[in-house]
Amino acid sequence: MPAIIKDGAILTRDRWTLLREATGPEVLQAAPGRSFIVPLDFWLSYRAQVEEYCGETGIWLDSHQTLEPIADVLAKFAVIALNFPVFADGRSYSNARELRQHYRYQGEIRAIGDVMRDQLYYMSRCGFNSFALRHDQNSELCLQAFGDFSTGYQSSVNEPLPLFRRRGGARKE
Amino acid sequence: MYVYDQYDHQMLAERVEQFRDQTDRYLAGKLSDAEFLPLRLQNGLYIQRLAPMLRVAIPYGLLSSRQLRKLALIAREYDKGYGHLTTRQNIQFNWPELAETPDILTHLAEVEMHAIQTSGNCIRNVTTDHYAGVAADEVEDSRPWCEIIRQWSTFHPEFAYLPRKFKIAVCGTPADQAATQVHDIGVYLIRLENGEIAFRILAGGGLGRTPVIGQVIFEHVEKRHLLTALEAIMRVYNREGRRDNKYKARIKILVRETGIDEFREKAHAEWERIKGSTLTLTDAEIERCQAFFVDPDYVRRLNGSATLKEKLHGDADFARWHRRNARAHKQPGYAIVTISLKQTGVAPGDITDRQMEFIADLADKYSFGEARISHKQNIILADVEQRKLHELWRELSTQSLHTAALGLLTDIICCPGGDFCALANAKSIPVAEEIQRYFEDAAELEEIGDLQLNISGCMNACGHHHVGNIGILGVDKKGEEFYQVSIGGSSAREASLGKILGPSFAREEVPGVMRTLVDVYKAERKNGEAFLDTYRRIGHEPFKQAVYAGNH
Ligand code: SF4
Repeated sequence: MPAIIKDGAILTRDRWTLLREATGPEVLQAAPGRSFIVPLDFWLSYRAQVEEYCGETGIWLDSHQTLEPIADVLAKFAVIALNFPVFADGRSYSNARELRQHYRYQGEIRAIGDVMRDQLYYMSRCGFNSFALRHDQNSELCLQAFGDFSTGYQSSVNEPLPLFRRRGGARKE
Repeated sequence: MYVYDQYDHQMLAERVEQFRDQTDRYLAGKLSDAEFLPLRLQNGLYIQRLAPMLRVAIPYGLLSSRQLRKLALIAREYDKGYGHLTTRQNIQFNWPELAETPDILTHLAEVEMHAIQTSGNCIRNVTTDHYAGVAADEVEDSRPWCEIIRQWSTFHPEFAYLPRKFKIAVCGTPADQAATQVHDIGVYLIRLENGEIAFRILAGGGLGRTPVIGQVIFEHVEKRHLLTALEAIMRVYNREGRRDNKYKARIKILVRETGIDEFREKAHAEWERIKGSTLTLTDAEIERCQAFFVDPDYVRRLNGSATLKEKLHGDADFARWHRRNARAHKQPGYAIVTISLKQTGVAPGDITDRQMEFIADLADKYSFGEARISHKQNIILADVEQRKLHELWRELSTQSLHTAALGLLTDIICCPGGDFCALANAKSIPVAEEIQRYFEDAAELEEIGDLQLNISGCMNACGHHHVGNIGILGVDKKGEEFYQVSIGGSSAREASLGKILGPSFAREEVPGVMRTLVDVYKAERKNGEAFLDTYRRIGHEPFKQAVYAGNH
């Protein structure tokens, strides 16, 4: 299991099993009641089986995938994981923001894949609240990343207003 | 000029610390080259042919004399005593030590400067017309809007890992000296029929391998909706821009492959979703930013023109410099002065530490303590009293900074090219110099008139060769340096891309080719036409035939 930071703390136990690749629903049947994070395509193909066998359901999207196919059922997922195939692929930042700001998704948004210390601050500002760290990352050092900046110019999940609406004297409309 | 408050200062200080830590980890072997790469790039640090290169942002070209002195200090203590002004209102230092860059950034932060997002696949330093706020015919001062965009784009958490670099220019002048239409996003301030001022937003322009002129995405956007409109375009691009091929990753390719209509629809659909969100600008914020750019204390009712006229009569050299390098100012009695950094024998845009300090002193003495740099790689003193122009010119001449070249054939835009840049196909600086030496006669140059010559050392087009009236591009022919010439480009409002003349030339042929092009123009021009006007009237053929006649 990779080290996972969630809501600012290192998790000692994670109930989720990430199904990176899946051929068919037999993986679920082999472990009934377990909570899986399944790939989007898998969920679209085997939705009934997922609902039958999974404990809780999580889903993951690769960076090129969009939220449209599951837009109506987002609340079904306790966790939505967004993949970073390589750290320089920034598409999942947009998906995270869209989940929080447009769909008002309240569950866990987890960064998976090429997740390193130096992305964590921006990820958290886009709405990620959990991070499956790349194997070589020092999780204690990673925890410090959230304090890299004390504030930002833009709005974020924790700071719903952009700085120009927070600056002294600029509050009134 | 914008003045940092505690938030701006704090974030900048935090950024310096973050980069210091990243550099330490890299030097300790805890970050790989590949991992350090995007981090250092987002702080303007390249590894070049000879040494690292640090690119420092000069947000929308504005510099205080204090900042200019700090740049001089950096040039002296961390570099070989000079810096290079780029075509995007940045300054580059070519010889810093990697381990020292965090210290340089600390120095910069003291004067509210930085190298944030001057490279890498993120939103770059926003640029504008270097006459913003002083041009007589401006729709509205673009600088407050640049500052608003600077803040929005700085450390934008969603757009730090875009498919490719992303450049935004804002322009409020009809002439457009910001090359707005060849930016990933170009923002024009426009006056609507009802008298209101709004934005027209273009996207998909760019130079490089595939030069394209931007197309209108938002016909007019109310001022307070500026940032949501920009964010909508960015989000579509971040999502859909190609990431499989570096050469197809710019937004211009996305617009082309999606089709302009569909791209526009997507951007509008995204805008509809976020329009009216908290990102909508408040009147208070717009006023706050505009208040930093109010007019300085101009002397009213100046009657300096008599003094000026007298000097113009008495001194032909001064008169020539005045004709070329001093431009009309919105305030009677004032002029906009360009200090040319195109002296023959000096790489275009290079400036020494001493010159920086000297110009800082002049800025204090003549221009309210401010200077600007232009994308044409010159320095501007924007608010000079006309009655003091002669005195200023005399001071400039003591440092050989009085070249009367603005807009002429020798006012060459030129990238660093093969002398410095690892990507170059060919050298560019020596070509510029050879052309400058070939056209030495000041009277002749003036007689030729406005002619923009741009030189790039490779397809990346940092020297904007596609939009030069004449463009020169370094190409590699079986390991040898050759030069392809194009004509008819322009980055002004009536933007156009140059058309390639024909087979490329050896370096020693280039000045002769320039001579032929100029001769055709001189023979064909009618009543006061500039080179570009004549080209647009008579077309490509006469130039081409003359250049290739006989020897090809
Ligand atoms: S145009 Fe090419 S050679 Fe010139 S600076 Fe850019 S990348 Fe280097």
